[in-house]
Amino acid sequence: MTEMTLDPRQLGTGGLFTAAVPDLASHEAAYGRRPSGWTRSPLLRELEASGLAGRGGAGFPAWRKLAAVGAGRPAVIANGAEGEPLSRKDTALLRQAPHLVLDGLVTAGEAVGASELFLYATAESLPGVGQALAERRDGPRVTLVEAPAAFISGEASAVVNALETGTALPRDKAARIARSGYQGRPTLLHNVETLAHLALVARYGAQWFRSAGTADDPGTRLYSLSGDVPAEWVVEAPGGASLRDVLRLGGAEPSSLAAVLVGGFHGAWVPAEAFDLPLTARGLARYGASPGAGVLLALARGRCGLQASAGIVRYLAESSARQCGPCMFGLPAMATVLERIAAGERAPWLASEAERLAGLVTGRGACHHPDGSARFVRSSLGVFKDEVRAHLAGACTAHHGRV
Amino acid sequence: MNEIFWAFGRASGIVSLGLFTLVLLLGIVSRSGRPLPGLPRFSVALLHRSTSLMALVFLVLHVSTLMLDPHAKLSLANAIVPFTAGWNPFWVGLGTVAFDLVIALVVTGLLRQRIGQRAFRAIHWCAYAMWPFAFAHALGSGTNAVDLWFQAYAWGCAGLVAVGAGWRLSANFAETSRARLGRI
Amino acid sequence: MSRAQLELHIDFTRCDGRGLCTEILPELLVRDDWGYPVGRGGRDIHVPDGLAGAAQDAVDLCPLQALMLRRVTRS
Ligand code: HEM
Ligand code: SF4
Ligand code: SF4
Repeated sequence: MTEMTLDPRQLGTGGLFTAAVPDLASHEAAYGRRPSGWTRSPLLRELEASGLAGRGGAGFPAWRKLAAVGAGRPAVIANGAEGEPLSRKDTALLRQAPHLVLDGLVTAGEAVGASELFLYATAESLPGVGQALAERRDGPRVTLVEAPAAFISGEASAVVNALETGTALPRDKAARIARSGYQGRPTLLHNVETLAHLALVARYGAQWFRSAGTADDPGTRLYSLSGDVPAEWVVEAPGGASLRDVLRLGGAEPSSLAAVLVGGFHGAWVPAEAFDLPLTARGLARYGASPGAGVLLALARGRCGLQASAGIVRYLAESSARQCGPCMFGLPAMATVLERIAAGERAPWLASEAERLAGLVTGRGACHHPDGSARFVRSSLGVFKDEVRAHLAGACTAHHGRV
Repeated sequence: MNEIFWAFGRASGIVSLGLFTLVLLLGIVSRSGRPLPGLPRFSVALLHRSTSLMALVFLVLHVSTLMLDPHAKLSLANAIVPFTAGWNPFWVGLGTVAFDLVIALVVTGLLRQRIGQRAFRAIHWCAYAMWPFAFAHALGSGTNAVDLWFQAYAWGCAGLVAVGAGWRLSANFAETSRARLGRI
Repeated sequence: MSRAQLELHIDFTRCDGRGLCTEILPELLVRDDWGYPVGRGGRDIHVPDGLAGAAQDAVDLCPLQALMLRRVTRS
């Protein structure tokens, strides 16, 4: 994977990258000072009115998370771990606009009466955040914790585990972390981009937030664009934009592409004929895709989707934390089956075997890694079904001939 | 009267050795995840537990008859603190160690849910230490040790334990090990 | 509509697929290719009232303490 260009491209009323440079002066020149004094229920109402949804993957409404946090002295965590190797938007955001993320973290912390604030991010991002912290006048006490560069290190229970023990492995969830998370305390965990949006909603209000995007997907979103594109951009686009718009924004030519993987390795493929649909969970429902954390992987026409998919499933199998049997053994088995299909083995039962394994691992781990991996496998078999048929007959449509 | 105590003490000790051998083997079978012919896995687990309780009963009989025996003159402290017995302190002491370990094994076994899996596992490993202590004690302090049948019996038990331990260490020990190595 | 129901939770970080629970609860669980229990619901398996006793036995006998029986309200 090539090193990605981090200059974010903006569109429309975008708001996350308005500051020219990452320091406090230009942050305040662009956005003004952080409004203090938000308490829980007004912030909750404002977030609900804004329709802000989480940007870390699951897309859970931000206000619901806030509402679920138990009483007491909660811990608030900004999650910028971004384990997904193709995701760069959190790193870009922390580099370009660390103060916006910190504003969001501090505001959320104030609103819930937090006892402790954490920012969890990769080694690459932490120095910049540390500098930003030192500059601030409100002097929040934020503990910076390094996230290992591993696929599952950003999973909610892995984050809590990392904060407590230094080991970023997911845990079996006996209770929701909103009620019992960091050291048994109620815990609010948000992706860093979600917190940056929260900081803007707290400043300018829900109506302003809704002035970008659609009713279904208000505000802007960050996308990490990679794969068969001229440059690997992080782009900010309004919610509800189509894949075609976002690709163009990132300098890619949609007509050169066969499909785009939406939502990262736990996501789903969207074929070229659907590039005009809105990039939302509802718009892409028939493909089971949703923007998730905004990862977009482009696949050029003429490239074999099955080979690309098999490689990703192998990566997912190797990313298993190897704690849960069905994940530890099921994912490598799935990867092997996909590799055999991709290699053009003439064994028609392989497709149904992949389906069976995907069904077998779903829901059977402490975290959603097997579920997400199974979803990706099903999507690959579905979107590339013609290729699957051709491969199982010993041909590959992408190479117009034998595998 | 003394003769009866003595004989009973010996007999219950001999039975204990056999029962603990059985308990150990059942523990190993249980760990393998395999059922026995006609005995499903959960029955193996239950049998492991109930046999250990039965073995403990015989062990307590063994120790208490010797406490009543005027020749052995074992006090309660001697039965619990190793190597303090007035008579044959070393070999009796080995038995005391085994006795303490059995108490620890059974108590933590019964309170498994309470103490958590980690502590249970840590203490349960002592099962493999407990058996050799019991065996050495039986050979070293038993007045039967000279009898050929007793030698055959004790070494027979040792053979079974050795086979069980060897199997425990073998590569295909767990029922599922083949499937998990991808050799279905 | 939400209602309290009994659920058997499998902690897959502990379970080693020893198969005791699948023997005790054949109505709810089977074993997968590697020996781990499979039931409808993945890691949280609905237990009908009639099987509550057997489910509790499975919890008690699981050699790895990987099972938990709990009453939950699902909407
Ligand atoms: C109430 C008493 C006891 C209970 C409830 C109990 C329970 C258990 C359990 C749950 C296991 C684990 C099986 C597995 O991991 O699948 C086990 C293993 C075992 N037990 Fe016990 N046990 C008891 C007493 C004893 C005693 C007194 C001995 C001494 C001989 C013993 C020897 C063993 C052995 C050798 C293993 C196999 C351990 C291994 O290799 O990992 N147990 N027992
Ligand atoms: S499901 Fe997989 S990735 Fe998640 S905790 Fe278990 S072994 Fe690890
Ligand atoms: S009894 Fe426990 S270890 Fe065995 S398969 Fe069931 S849950 Fe897993």
